[in-house]
Amino acid sequence: MSIKIDVIDQLVGIVPGSSLDLIRRRRGQARDNAQASFDALFAPATPGEVSRIERLAVAAFVAGLTGEPATASFYLAETARLGAATGEAVGRELAQGRTKGPYGRYPDGPLSHETVAGPVYEPDAAAREALGTRLAAAFRHAHLLVLHPRDAAPADLQALLDAGWTTPSIVTLSQIIAFVSFQSRVVAGLIALNATAAEPRSEEAAHV
Amino acid sequence: MSDTVVTHSGHVAPEVFTQAQLDWLPWLQPPAEESLSAEQQDALIDRARAKSAYFRLLASDPAILKARTLTDKDIFYNSDAGLPRAERELAAAAVSRFNGCIYCASVHARFSATYSKRGEDIERLLAEGVTVELDARWKAIVAASVALTETPVAFGQDEIAALRAAGLDDLAISDAIHAAAFFNWANRLMLTLGEPALPSAG
Repeated sequence: MSIKIDVIDQLVGIVPGSSLDLIRRRRGQARDNAQASFDALFAPATPGEVSRIERLAVAAFVAGLTGEPATASFYLAETARLGAATGEAVGRELAQGRTKGPYGRYPDGPLSHETVAGPVYEPDAAAREALGTRLAAAFRHAHLLVLHPRDAAPADLQALLDAGWTTPSIVTLSQIIAFVSFQSRVVAGLIALNATAAEPRSEEAAHV
Repeated sequence: MSDTVVTHSGHVAPEVFTQAQLDWLPWLQPPAEESLSAEQQDALIDRARAKSAYFRLLASDPAILKARTLTDKDIFYNSDAGLPRAERELAAAAVSRFNGCIYCASVHARFSATYSKRGEDIERLLAEGVTVELDARWKAIVAASVALTETPVAFGQDEIAALRAAGLDDLAISDAIHAAAFFNWANRLMLTLGEPALPSAG
């Protein structure tokens, strides 16, 4: 049996046989399919229209904005391994784009007093130069969905279509942004839980 | 033929959070039900989901849809101890309320109300928002879900301590984390791929 890497275990630092390992294995289908989701997005059997470096660069931007440090470092390192210049561009855009969320508008009516104003990130000329039009458009969309998802509108999808994205590739892009939003939060939550896990670790685990 | 954005007219958008059944209208053209490949049908897991524009649109990338659906089902339906279903749905509803996904909030508020039989508390969560006054246990679950949903993520030892104090064991805390994290996935898909609408009369 081959040893399969589990990215969430790796990012959280879960030791085989520890209480958190056992907890994750009580939800084995969720554990396996969080990993299968990662594989489907970052090592797809059929790459389709979205290249591997596009996938990783968007993930690095999403994880960096979301602010879970282990996940952010992981995707940034994976991106830089494939393209140092793209990795640097992600770092630059993170410095431009980092802010607090969620914010966004509600339609006129009883909810309009809950509207929270916040910045709209638009990649500048240097970003478009470094990332290319297509990836720059993906970053714009990623910032929208990470920080103010309730502002998303048909015009934002039109902007992606105009930059060369298609219906299936927009679905894949949306899944990458949304999955990394999930994964970062599972990692953040489990790191906090692992720091104070109730049960002692098994003797056996200490020798792994 | 190049792809286009689909616009809708003549529908009424909900202007409040509600437990009522809503429709969802896609902004991109989903594949037709008859045209779904075997792989796309398999990725839906439940055959009935072929009727849903949302799931057909997600079936444009079947590999991630399948893995996502199986993750979702285990997080919410696995009944081997841990957090009761009603409270996993509470976490989902709280995240959706905080992010502003009126459609997601409606579905999971209904589930939470059904399983908890606490429809009035759920209604107040929808009406007043995530700072609503609730009993200590539900308050801890809602607050933890919100802290995990903030960007940058604001979840840490305080939330773990509050959940433990509210009576959750580590498996239940892990369930709450996963339910809240999962709705940070679901909300972003629903909000970017289409919009909610009140069901048309008749």
